[in-house]
Amino acid sequence: MKRPRMPQLHVPRLRVPRLRKVRPSVLRPRARGSAQAPPVRHARPLARVAYTAIGVLGELLITLGLFLLAFLAWQLWWTDVEANRAQAQILDELVPAPLSTQVAVPGEGDPPVMAAPALRETFAALHVPRWEGDPPRPISEGTDRATVLDVLGLGHYVGTAMPGEIGNFAVAGHRTTYGRPFHRVEELGIGDPLVVWTQDTWYVYRVTSTLIVMPNQVDVIAPVPGDPTAVPTERMITLTTCHPMFSARERFIVHGVFEYWAPTSTGTPAELLGR
Amino acid sequence: MYGWIWRHLPGPVPVRALIALVLVAGVVAACFQWVFPAISPLMPFNDTTVG
Repeated sequence: MKRPRMPQLHVPRLRVPRLRKVRPSVLRPRARGSAQAPPVRHARPLARVAYTAIGVLGELLITLGLFLLAFLAWQLWWTDVEANRAQAQILDELVPAPLSTQVAVPGEGDPPVMAAPALRETFAALHVPRWEGDPPRPISEGTDRATVLDVLGLGHYVGTAMPGEIGNFAVAGHRTTYGRPFHRVEELGIGDPLVVWTQDTWYVYRVTSTLIVMPNQVDVIAPVPGDPTAVPTERMITLTTCHPMFSARERFIVHGVFEYWAPTSTGTPAELLGR
Repeated sequence: MYGWIWRHLPGPVPVRALIALVLVAGVVAACFQWVFPAISPLMPFNDTTVG
């Protein structure tokens, strides 16, 4: 009994305001004596098609605007949510226990150097005390966006030195979006520690310079930065990210030089313990 | 377009509104899951590497 009544109640409700809205627009052009086309309901076929087309076009443009807004929301917010979650999980699997509160004992002699890992393998983590409040970031082999930088965090340039090796340990990362591991890169100052964790060894570097270069300036990741033909004698670290933020016009570069290493079994570098 | 969809949704206004909301949520979810990841590599603001 209730079912047939429901639509009957609603149909007249909908129609009454519609008629009221239509009437003035029908009357106005006539009153002014203009030759403006009457509303869709009474229009000739051609005019009706035109009205429908304009209406659909308008709706498509509004839809496009909403689509672009949604894309911005996805790019600027959701990629961070997803990537931060993924990177935190990667770190959890990589470094199971909480860091020791013992101060690590620096090792003697040359630091141990691990073999280059397979592509996409996560082999290290970067701690930057200057970015207090940010989590450490996993470093994986390769700098492909879709398979490494967007999903795994930081990427190690294939063919550059490994941590502690003589040459240039070069790492790329997003500065905005996808977890933005290098978001605060501009806060780094000369002398700030960059601490690299691997399964067996801590490597502590110190920032020596920051610079802004063009994207094609690949010599910043050369074994001797700025001199691609030189034979390296120092252990360097280089971070690359985009500059300015939300643009890929230039690159922000951070160079650092190796200070000391310590076995992870002895504790945590003093730089990370705030001592 | 939207008027046509609205007229073809079944039920009284609250039910239609609910269905419309679910449809919008579905479209946004599909965009987040598949469409946006597919077009983001074509955007010019995310490159971080040299070379």
